[in-house]
Amino acid sequence: MTDGERDLLLRMDGICKSFPGVVALDNAWLRVGRGEVHCLVGQNGAGKSTLMKILNGAYRKDRGTITFDGREVDFHKPHEAQEAGISTIYQEINLVPYRSVAENIFMGREPRRFGLINWPRMNREASQVLSRLGIQIDVRQPLMKLNVALQQMVAIARAVSFQAKLVIMDEPTSSLAEHEVATLFEVIRGLKAQGVSVIYISHRLDELHQIGDRITIMRDGQTIEERPLSEISKLEIVAKMLGRELDVVQQAGATGFRKRAAHTDGEPLLEVKHLRRGRVLQDASVSARPGEIVGLAGLLGSGRTEVARAIFGADPVDDGEIRINGQRARFRSPADAIRAGIGFCTEDRKSEGIIPYLSVRENLTLAALPTLARNGIVDRARQREIVDRYVRLLGIKAASAEQKIRELSGGNQQKVLLARWLCLNPKLLLLDEPTRGIDVGAKAEIQKLIDDLADAGLGVLMISSEIEELLEGSDRITVMRDGKTVAEFERDEIDQRALLTAMAHGASAEQAEA
Amino acid sequence: MANVGQTEARPARPAADRVVLPRWLRAAGQTHGAVIALLLLVLFNAIFTTNYLAWSTLRVNLDQVATIVIVGIGMTLVIATGGIDLSVGALMAIAGSLAPLIFDSDWGPLDRPWVGIPLAIVLPILLTGFLGLFNGFLVTYFRIQPIIATLVLYLGGRGIAKALSDGILLDFNNPSFEYLGKGRPLGIPVQVILMAILLLIAAWMMRSTVFGRYILATGGNEPAARLAGVPVSRVKLAVYAISGLLAGLAGLIWAARISAADPYRAGEFMELDAIAAAAVGGTALTGGRATIIGTLLGAVIIQQVRFTLISHNVSDGTTRIVIAAAIILAVLIQRQREQ
Repeated sequence: MTDGERDLLLRMDGICKSFPGVVALDNAWLRVGRGEVHCLVGQNGAGKSTLMKILNGAYRKDRGTITFDGREVDFHKPHEAQEAGISTIYQEINLVPYRSVAENIFMGREPRRFGLINWPRMNREASQVLSRLGIQIDVRQPLMKLNVALQQMVAIARAVSFQAKLVIMDEPTSSLAEHEVATLFEVIRGLKAQGVSVIYISHRLDELHQIGDRITIMRDGQTIEERPLSEISKLEIVAKMLGRELDVVQQAGATGFRKRAAHTDGEPLLEVKHLRRGRVLQDASVSARPGEIVGLAGLLGSGRTEVARAIFGADPVDDGEIRINGQRARFRSPADAIRAGIGFCTEDRKSEGIIPYLSVRENLTLAALPTLARNGIVDRARQREIVDRYVRLLGIKAASAEQKIRELSGGNQQKVLLARWLCLNPKLLLLDEPTRGIDVGAKAEIQKLIDDLADAGLGVLMISSEIEELLEGSDRITVMRDGKTVAEFERDEIDQRALLTAMAHGASAEQAEA
Repeated sequence: MANVGQTEARPARPAADRVVLPRWLRAAGQTHGAVIALLLLVLFNAIFTTNYLAWSTLRVNLDQVATIVIVGIGMTLVIATGGIDLSVGALMAIAGSLAPLIFDSDWGPLDRPWVGIPLAIVLPILLTGFLGLFNGFLVTYFRIQPIIATLVLYLGGRGIAKALSDGILLDFNNPSFEYLGKGRPLGIPVQVILMAILLLIAAWMMRSTVFGRYILATGGNEPAARLAGVPVSRVKLAVYAISGLLAGLAGLIWAARISAADPYRAGEFMELDAIAAAAVGGTALTGGRATIIGTLLGAVIIQQVRFTLISHNVSDGTTRIVIAAAIILAVLIQRQREQ
């Protein structure tokens, strides 16, 4: 790569794409050099995913040209792009959980002998591919036995084994904990050293400068800016993505949270003591008062989500106690917890949140249906009233309340799911990664909303992987590690270093990889 | 995909660059493939089939479609939760075999027709409803895949029916009971009236009740529905029970129409007809999307294809092949529309 004339691997020019009623891409362009880690950022709906889908053959472009590796291309099917050397690793890992690691890497092109799969060779080659990425695991074990980070590595190994010249990574770190991200970055640097280019899509702005060489910023289907990352600040990136003035962003801070008065008085609303469940929860304790935002920190697999699920009655508990307003609670199902005034926004919107083919209206009122019905018949007028109110209150952007929720952006889906609980006037809200995978604008709005809810007297238990969100949003932070509560900090006594130390201490890299 | 269960009025908002059709028209449009196919069949028969437009022909056609639709309603509910019910044909045979044992019994009060006939209708339906509940129990508490769970009664159910009727075709002569399959109040077959009432209730239930919405939520995303407080196990138990109840009713109609309990032939292939009706009508076999009116359309189309071929002396084998081809076509059309 030279400064003036870069050695370009990929050149996309004047790309246009329309869907019925929407212009998704309007003269977008992208240039990626050889051996370059190229970051691609933009809010949800900016056109990043559409551009990538056109590149890898999942969509057809309406107009524009694509030059890859010196020749003009137009892939009609994803496997054509793959054969040409373009591999994509999606946000949701597209692998088969029940098959072995080796099978997943070689699926569709297993080495054969006499028409049968040559297992020894396949396992050997799979191990080689993985060890080139610095990973030593038994390739014969089923994929589902691995943690998410390692599954991601398997996906990358699969991509690399196609002799990829360009690897597209769509939100690769969204389900990884901090130290797993470091491993991923090592792998990316390894790819780069081998001359492979990487298009790196991420909502985590902190990562861009760590890993990227250049950045392309998109907004509203257009390419806004391309620059070396060394010449652009995080703040500028946010400003370009949002299309806002720099000083406004500067004033807003890193998150949408403001400094609230801490709520240290009052009787506890939620008390969880010495919770145990199998191996995942070994001694978990956490509490929250009305009007308090309690951050629940921990690495992936620390038991954060499991605590929330146990409180909500989604999983049975072996031992320990949960008290709501001082009363011993034993919820046998989420329905019981909901009746007791608890709401739970899950981490994974797609698999545990939305009902994709139902409308915004039905998704929003799903938990409230029993309260909206008389003799089992839904009171349509009241239902619509509630939906209208919350669509306005949270600024949910949908064509109408009857639009299917799967057609909404991630941020708007999340708002609908929040409204699902808010319309029940809960006492306690369990939020698992409330701003994960949504664009910066919607993120700040949701953070502001969480603040407002706490001000209105709600107790909030907020699980998050984002340090800034925890530090700026929480009145108190409880840290978990290996299913145990290991530390608790008041807001005044915590900084990033102390928090990270508490989260990471004792959880060695080998343990996480095994 | 059409969701006739959701036909509430909503204001049409004109988008900038396209015309938004009124909702009822769009709902019709979503099933238009099925509607057009049906119209073509009717048109073909009107021209080429003698006496097609006669009232008696229509009545025969409705007559035959009624049991498929009644079973199809239950099947649609089960499929909407992401399940399937293979046992319905066998349950029909059980209901049909049990009924004559009750109304032909000399035992005690059963001998009196005003006791025997109502019981001969209620008890078999309750029994098949209970067996449906058993299916639901296998699916929810033992977490057996629906296709396997209902295969149990698909295989075993006919055995129960044979045991009830001693393994023979049992003719009976009981005009009161046979009214269920042969009665014609106002010239309309009883089973057609029952079908219409059940269709209205089911479509209303899917659209307006909490239970109807819970069914779609369960099939659309079960873990999410559970976390939103939907009692998914109870919802599933209920749909399998309803499917059993409706299969029982259809079995009684079938027996009444031929005046016999036939443990071998009663409800034969009914599970496949009902599934095909739902699929052709636009209900997604993956769950979460279902239309009751679509199932009616699907059943009518399949029946019309069969009628058309038979009335033109096409062999049974060919008829089956054509129906199979029609199902593939219908599903492909729906797939296209989804994308």
